[in-house]
Amino acid sequence: MPLFKPNRYRGKLIVVEGIDGSGKSTQISLLSHWLRSCGYAVAFSEWNSSPLVRQATRRGKRKEMFTPTTFSLIHATDFADRMESYILPLVKSGAIVCADRYAYTAFARDVARGVGRRWVRNLYRFAIHPNIAFYFRVPLDVALGRILGGRDALKYYEAGMDLGLARDVEESFRIFQGRILDEYEAMAQEVGFHIIDASLPIEEQQRQMREIVTRELGADAENGVLRVPPEGAAGA
Amino acid sequence: MLKRQPLQFYSEPLPGVDLSELQGKLIVIEGPDAVGRTTQVALLRQWLEREGHAVLDTGMARSALAGKGIKMAKEGNTLGPITMTLFYTTDFADRLENEIMPALRAGFVVLIDRYIYSIMARAIARNEDRRWIEQAAGFALVPHATYYLRAEVETLVSRVVLGRGAFDFWESGMDLRFGPDKYDSFIRYQARLIRALDSMVKPYEFTVIDADQPVLRIFAELRRRISRFLPRDSRRRRPSRTAVKAAI
Repeated sequence: MPLFKPNRYRGKLIVVEGIDGSGKSTQISLLSHWLRSCGYAVAFSEWNSSPLVRQATRRGKRKEMFTPTTFSLIHATDFADRMESYILPLVKSGAIVCADRYAYTAFARDVARGVGRRWVRNLYRFAIHPNIAFYFRVPLDVALGRILGGRDALKYYEAGMDLGLARDVEESFRIFQGRILDEYEAMAQEVGFHIIDASLPIEEQQRQMREIVTRELGADAENGVLRVPPEGAAGA
Repeated sequence: MLKRQPLQFYSEPLPGVDLSELQGKLIVIEGPDAVGRTTQVALLRQWLEREGHAVLDTGMARSALAGKGIKMAKEGNTLGPITMTLFYTTDFADRLENEIMPALRAGFVVLIDRYIYSIMARAIARNEDRRWIEQAAGFALVPHATYYLRAEVETLVSRVVLGRGAFDFWESGMDLRFGPDKYDSFIRYQARLIRALDSMVKPYEFTVIDADQPVLRIFAELRRRISRFLPRDSRRRRPSRTAVKAAI
């Protein structure tokens, strides 16, 4: 059974994955700016951002109502809305859609929470297959250092507090992120991630990504993907 | 079939649930829109309570987690079919874990107005992958009994028009526009729903009830069937006429 539906459309889908603090958001942001500067039509979609589902998710988090199953399902619902009303129409139209986290996040995180591996993979079968899925591999300590160093207090579900792994929030977060990391590593082969060493300098990671994007999209991108003609080429 | 004990999950056991603790009875009333399910659930509830049972009744989009969200999403008429399916599945999961299973643990008779079968039928009527939704909803418990109130589309139309007096956007499947207007779309969409539910009769062991009968006939038939598998002392009393009238 294939994981996703093949992308038979003009546009492309590029996604980034990795644990919190792996630097993936910075990298996909840099990549999308670069693609835009190359003249491509670029759109961006973030995990957990559907306006239709947001209210329910927020309510569930605030009141700590989620079980592993409902947590998984509400995120799949959010993803489905973004897929149906945003990502799919744009990919069909010829845009390059960059997604900060994709179904793999659910495969890693929801399984770390205790739901069935096969069950959660089935949930996302309606998704289109990314053209490129980058995975930012980072040692747990490095990622934790980045997260725990300079930001607001960890949130309840983010830290996996619902699982009762530890009474201390930071300790719970460590254990939970470790489990998620294990899931990512276990699926890396199966799903065909392009692995980026996230402990390298930012510029070096970005250079590798652009190289892969250029190679993968290559000639393909010339036919179909929406692109503004380069300066001076108009009318030539 | 009715004596199935203990309860089981279809294909996906929920983490941390001890099925042997679920001592209550799980009864599902299924059927298309406007077939009269809600009336029957209200009648059954009254009857069961008079018989001395603790009863919980629940139905779609009533969860604390997702009920409001679903209603809001439907108002905008922008809910895609897959999103809708998963939103309802979320709603169901929340009710299963937080209402239905606790009630079963406490020995309640749980009456459910539409189960995963309606979610599945709506998905199938919208050409979604049947296996996808069957697996997604695989954490549902196999009910002790499912009564499928079955009627032809013409019956549903007359009930909608005589009752509410207008066709509902979603009940008419207008999100996919199965016809040029709500009437035509309703006919085609509901026929697809009925076909989808019909296809589940065997695999999901539905008991088909002819819903073209008068309300009280249907009620009598349901009562007769349900009392067969409830504890003995529940067969003593029949509902009074006033109680029945009040429920309708």
